[in-house]
Amino acid sequence: MMNKDCSIYIHVPFCARKCQYCDFLSVSGEEEAYRPYFEALLKEAGLYSKVLSQKTIQTVYIGGGTPSLVPSVYIKNILCKLKEMAPFETDAEISMEMNPGTFREEATEDYREAGISRVSIGCQSIHAAELEALGRIHDHADFLRTYEGLRRAGFDNLNVDLMTGIPEETVKTAKQTLKAVAGLDPEHISVYSLILEPGTPLYAKAEAGLLRLPAEEECIAIDEMTSAYLDQKGYRRVEISNYAKPGRECRHNVRNWECRDYLGLGAGAASLLDGHRMRNTADIRAYIKDPEHSLAEDHLLTEKEKMEEFMFLGLRMTRGVSLSDFKERFGRDLLGVYGESVRRHCREGLLVFGEDRLFLTERGLAVSNPILADFLL
Amino acid sequence: MGISQDHIRNFSIIAHIDHGKSTLADRILERTGLLTEREMQDQVLDNMELERERGITIKSQAVRTIYHAKNGEEYIFNLIDTPGHVDFNYEVSRSLAACDGAVLVVDSAQGIEAQTLATVYLALDHDLEVFPVLNKIDLPSADPDRVAAEIEDVIGIEAMDAPRISAKNGTGIDEVLEEIVSKVPSPKGSAEEPLKCLIFDSVYDSYKGVIVFIRVFDGSIHPGDPVRFMATGHQDEVVEVGYFGAGQFIPCEELSAGMVGYITASIKDVRETRVGDTVTNAKKPCKEALPGYKKVNPMVYCGIYPADTQKYPDLRDALEKLQLNDASLSYEPETSVALGFGFRCGFLGLLHLDIIQERLEREYGLDLVTTAPGVVYRVHKTDGTMIELTNPANLPDPSETDYMEEPIVAAEIMVSTEYLGAIIRLCQERRGVQTGMEYMEETRVLLKYDLPLNEIIYDFFDALKSRSRGYASFDYEMKEYRRSELVKLDILINHEYVDALSFIVFKDNAYERGSRMCEKLKGEIPRHLFEIPIQAAVGGKIIARETVKAVRKDVLAKCYGGDITRKRKLLEKQKEGKKKMREIGNVEIPQKAFLSVLKLDDE
Repeated sequence: MMNKDCSIYIHVPFCARKCQYCDFLSVSGEEEAYRPYFEALLKEAGLYSKVLSQKTIQTVYIGGGTPSLVPSVYIKNILCKLKEMAPFETDAEISMEMNPGTFREEATEDYREAGISRVSIGCQSIHAAELEALGRIHDHADFLRTYEGLRRAGFDNLNVDLMTGIPEETVKTAKQTLKAVAGLDPEHISVYSLILEPGTPLYAKAEAGLLRLPAEEECIAIDEMTSAYLDQKGYRRVEISNYAKPGRECRHNVRNWECRDYLGLGAGAASLLDGHRMRNTADIRAYIKDPEHSLAEDHLLTEKEKMEEFMFLGLRMTRGVSLSDFKERFGRDLLGVYGESVRRHCREGLLVFGEDRLFLTERGLAVSNPILADFLL
Repeated sequence: MGISQDHIRNFSIIAHIDHGKSTLADRILERTGLLTEREMQDQVLDNMELERERGITIKSQAVRTIYHAKNGEEYIFNLIDTPGHVDFNYEVSRSLAACDGAVLVVDSAQGIEAQTLATVYLALDHDLEVFPVLNKIDLPSADPDRVAAEIEDVIGIEAMDAPRISAKNGTGIDEVLEEIVSKVPSPKGSAEEPLKCLIFDSVYDSYKGVIVFIRVFDGSIHPGDPVRFMATGHQDEVVEVGYFGAGQFIPCEELSAGMVGYITASIKDVRETRVGDTVTNAKKPCKEALPGYKKVNPMVYCGIYPADTQKYPDLRDALEKLQLNDASLSYEPETSVALGFGFRCGFLGLLHLDIIQERLEREYGLDLVTTAPGVVYRVHKTDGTMIELTNPANLPDPSETDYMEEPIVAAEIMVSTEYLGAIIRLCQERRGVQTGMEYMEETRVLLKYDLPLNEIIYDFFDALKSRSRGYASFDYEMKEYRRSELVKLDILINHEYVDALSFIVFKDNAYERGSRMCEKLKGEIPRHLFEIPIQAAVGGKIIARETVKAVRKDVLAKCYGGDITRKRKLLEKQKEGKKKMREIGNVEIPQKAFLSVLKLDDE
């Protein structure tokens, strides 16, 4: 069965400088690679022209890396090409990520013309010491300039990325950041707990005991403060780390958590297409050289894996999963498959039922890992 | 055969661990020309893999070699190796009983150690001719004169003229060989008398059945002879007799008085051929058996369970096979609420337990959960009956119990005066009663203590070593049972009683042990989504408590289209971790938590 609706993800693996905590695929100081990389993207997209022509594109997400680092014309070109190949939904959501350290007012015109409807700005914190510890390339003034510039250019759907659990942070500094950002009234705010990923400079520093990371109790207090404060400011929690004004949740991400199809383009990009989870090579040079043969993994999901993903991705959202959707997709009752785990976690007050839905409580969201692990069959 | 007893020398080598017994044995085998270098594997006598790794001898071994002495005569040397650990004291005594003399190897840097001393006394008790050899003279810290004086002083045997050797470098080996000829007496049995052989070991072979290691004292034995094992009463017909080549059995026509060798008789069970038993001719038996036989009883018990409950039959088969070679291993099925089906196993001591456990894991590929080892308590009930308690879970209700007794050992500890205070304190902490103290020389003391066995089975040896920086040595033997105030300490996890964690403890130590146990378990049990109380109780009364706090944050902040496969792996890992645990009352308990009680003293 072919799914008609589809999303597209485009990976831009270039950064001015890699952040201390980042373990995503990105490189810095390779400006000469921008042009061939975007040419490769066009070539790879061409490979899917037939597939895409039969789909309706709901959302596009340009992530990285730092998409705002490369000349805006590249962004415009790739989106133009995609629009030639595939029918887009009239109100398709087209997002791109932006680092305040790379913002150029003049680029906004290209972005507007390209149809970008939503911009996600990496703010992380308003405090210099925290930004420094994270190795960010911008300061708070850069962020404000970016935010205001985008508003001036007419972008009416903005997200601001924030981070918690970062070195030097306290409940007090977290609240200051939150207050300053919410005061700008963006449509969406993401708040991520810092994850120390092995292999990153920040991880090594933490191992060496060089970081003053907030204690677990402090982190929990920050989390609780965050959801309470944002709720009070009119933001609804959409997912573990995402808050949005009503109707402004990121449609692209919601589609990911609902296991809906997306085509990933670019080095290291992943796709979910007609039951296949695929991934391109993470080798940027190899990708540029032969984008049409860049597929590195292709796994046809089993029914079991599909059920597992439906659960462990769906339950990340505050509205959880739909019982009827489960039945429709798998022909079985969710409780018939997961009755025991569901009952146990309901008893512990971590999971609750709503009308046709099953979702995690606020306490459940905070400890979702062990719960989600129980939904692996 | 035409070999007169005059030309036979049956001897063993006595040494403390690491003083060079195996190396000297290797050199003797080399020099006697039995082995070419190519055949030499390091340390021929210790032929179990485990023994080589631990550097100690677990089972007795024997080897026969031919020595061409300087006087032009040929001598048969039967070198009988003895186990070197207190757990195997009885086996040591039987191996020594098979010999006529012993070479005492002493490290000329370290001097005599307690274990050596115990074995030497055992040898002298058996009227063995013991002569010393000072080894490791190549070491810069070697002081053979001092050590020789110490030997004369402490043991009372001539040592000034003892060979000064380096088994490692091969220095002085010829002198040792000549001394074996001149100092070890030849056997004095009679080939005309009825057959009288001592069993000093046996091994199971899947083709030949049990291979019985014997020393013939009187008479002679041949294939076809009807034999009787006097203690077990087992009768059989000899199939094969032979002697010990290097790492192989060499059949021969006859073993006669004074000789050491083996017999086979299609025996299927090593329990028929007890170490120390006397083998005689069934048609023409000797009047009385050799002295010294006793049935060895396990001193230490613990529960052994398969980590994967499906592997219970595999564990049973493995224990069955190990018992074929090890009559001192006992086991019987038991069940635990916490751990499922397993076995209560009895061992000679902690080392024995350790070895069996390791062999089960290594040779049989089993993943095990072992409960805390305990000793055998005697519970005298109010109805006048007595039960031997090997599993704390079976302790009768206090209302049915009159009193309890626990095993006491007589221990000897040799320590340099510098650490005397620390060691005396340790013995006091372990409820020891001093029974003697002798200055061996100005700086070394021999301490004698009566100690409850349950105080030494866990970590006494480690504590001794750490508190004396390795300068204390230790030996013990079972002395008696004594009445004692003992209680059963129970552990409750999330209000559920965990049978596999119960243990018997001296009443006055219950509170401290219980607190430590709770602390330890708190460190072992991972945090759950709910709070977990860990309680220690005696007779239903809670005496200590710790709490494992609930997890309040465990979340993957980011999860988008690009990393779903990776996130899945993280969740899978989390799920895998849970599988390796035992679930008791909703709480996942890691296997190693069941050994917490072993580590109560490691500070």
